[in-house]
Amino acid sequence: MRRLVLAAALLLAMSSSGPAAAVLPSEQLRDPTLEARARTISATLRCVVCQNQSIDDSDAPLAHDLRVIVRERLTAGDSDAAAVQYLVDRYGHYVLLKPPVIPATLVLWLGPVVLLVGGGIVVARLAARKARVPDAGLTADEAAAAARLLEGRG
Amino acid sequence: MTRWLYGVPVLLLAVLVAVFAHGLTKDPSRIPSTLIDRPLPPFALAGLDAASPGFAAADFTAGHEPRLLNVFASWCAACPVEHPMLLKIAAGGTPVYGLDWKDEPAKASAWLAQLGNPYRRIASDPTARTGIDLGVTGVPETFVVDRHGRIRYKQVGPITAADWEGTLRPMLDRLRAEA
Repeated sequence: MRRLVLAAALLLAMSSSGPAAAVLPSEQLRDPTLEARARTISATLRCVVCQNQSIDDSDAPLAHDLRVIVRERLTAGDSDAAAVQYLVDRYGHYVLLKPPVIPATLVLWLGPVVLLVGGGIVVARLAARKARVPDAGLTADEAAAAARLLEGRG
Repeated sequence: MTRWLYGVPVLLLAVLVAVFAHGLTKDPSRIPSTLIDRPLPPFALAGLDAASPGFAAADFTAGHEPRLLNVFASWCAACPVEHPMLLKIAAGGTPVYGLDWKDEPAKASAWLAQLGNPYRRIASDPTARTGIDLGVTGVPETFVVDRHGRIRYKQVGPITAADWEGTLRPMLDRLRAEA
């Protein structure tokens, strides 16, 4: 019984702890509001070394440096957008995990919509065309042939 | 129904395959620099020790001949691979400036004493800030800086003989001819 309780407690502890963020206690800001903003911003910024991790998740030394810079910018009074722009100026839009809507990414953002609408129009037109074909009924010869076939079955 | 329309999905698929095939040959670690054709960000850094002066961004703007700015570190695994090439480039007369990034100056000095020093001057960037201003993502990286102190090209990773002969050298020759 004790073992069972222990196992349950362990399971609970494992399930309740999310993936550990890489932010070190020494990096964190005293002001909880600023720190929360820094965490939110960091989660949207790509670790340029590890590519598909945010700097909030990455243990890479450069990610640490960038987290510190984000916190410095916020402490200096930058808005969230200005702090992000500071890094975009240095690393380009690549540093943003969510690609911004700019001319170079229009295909990415609008492509699926265009394909969906275009495909929808094609399908709709095909359906309409099918519906327009008049039901001419059977000619006399066809009716006779059908009758013969049906009789043969009986 | 016009029959040729059935070819459209096949054509779209072919285009997609071509785009993806091209994309797969690209190295995702080569992030395009945002600094191309822009002036060097301001910096003024000390050298590796009291005896050797560092350099500043202003040192690149005084109408000097085009230079290479090489970002290196003693902890960098790919730098020793590149090092013989840098020694050769420097021996050929192209000024190579070194930015020792996220490193301890003493370790860099020992590293250079062992491998040879291709750099005309070295600036120490232990806080990584100048490297970050330059958009450095790793070492080695090399910037081609023209005589007005503008960054014209960025090489990510070690300079191979092919990079030097095919890209960097012709570019430096072109920049020397520029006013």
